[in-house]
Amino acid sequence: MSFTTSKSIYWRGFRDGAPFIMVAAPFGTLFGVFATEAGLNLMQVMTFTATVFAGAAQFTALQLLLDDTPTLIVLLSALAVNLRVAMYSAALTPYLGAAPLWQRAVAAYFTVDQSYALSVVRFETEPDLTVPQRMAYFFGTVTPLAPAWYLATYLGAVLGTRIPDSWALDFALPITFLAMIGPMLRTLPHVIAALVAIVTALLTAGVPFNLGLLIAGTAGMMAGARAEVVLARRSWNT
Amino acid sequence: MTEIEPSTMWIVIAGLAFGSFGLRFVFIGLVGDRPLPDWLLRHLRYTAVAILPALIAPLVIWPQATGGQPDVPRMSAAAVALAAGYWSKNVLVAIFSGAGTLYGLLYLLG
Repeated sequence: MSFTTSKSIYWRGFRDGAPFIMVAAPFGTLFGVFATEAGLNLMQVMTFTATVFAGAAQFTALQLLLDDTPTLIVLLSALAVNLRVAMYSAALTPYLGAAPLWQRAVAAYFTVDQSYALSVVRFETEPDLTVPQRMAYFFGTVTPLAPAWYLATYLGAVLGTRIPDSWALDFALPITFLAMIGPMLRTLPHVIAALVAIVTALLTAGVPFNLGLLIAGTAGMMAGARAEVVLARRSWNT
Repeated sequence: MTEIEPSTMWIVIAGLAFGSFGLRFVFIGLVGDRPLPDWLLRHLRYTAVAILPALIAPLVIWPQATGGQPDVPRMSAAAVALAAGYWSKNVLVAIFSGAGTLYGLLYLLG
């Protein structure tokens, strides 16, 4: 590794990632509170947050467990929520695929919304970066975020049981997720995918074991992919 | 709402830990430099925008806190959070707009 250049690129990643502490910290706190209210002990909360390292999937799993969903469905649904990180992994592969396996394994663990989004933009705009420089940038982006996430979860777990019902924290999860969905609706196919998923989820709400979530998610994905193909074809023809 | 059995919780934690790492590792670790089929990438692009709304929609329409009765403050807060996120492209702005709406209406409608 050429240390002088990689080092400055690492710090550039660090600076780019730092503002996202403002997203990771409240979300982590919320998870700590939610998990503690659900009856998890501190050991379970911290193991969960450190090993899974994916807030949305963690929330989904807990929500379904509280609804008495069978374990297998909980796992499948939470992993479906996390399918987007497979997409991030695929998007980073052309840039980082040539790095040593151990670095790719560590990078895989740290593949989250922010590290993916910042890195892909940087790698696209600066195609001359070497593979070690790209890895340095990627790890730079998660250096401020990961500790903030762990610490915020811990604080939420410790404070959790002291928060009164009047704070209506039951609704923190829907608000947080909807706030995340808004910026993701960048194109018409994204909007179509979301609408089809919502309508299907409401229609399948009575399906046992909360399987409606998997059905609705699959329907939304297929609708989005289909809409993308149809719209692309239409723009070629005109 | 029911108590979560510790053994169930540990199974879910372990399953999700391995599963999530697997999802992150599958392309960067196993596929390496080889190209991926278009249809697969096209579906993966829409996972987040499909499955997150599917998870939230029933919680918005039939909230647990009201015993499943549709509720004006919660539905309004949901609409504001989504709209604010869409227009501002900023997650924090959206969260605070939604929370502000929820608390404001809960207070006004008592």
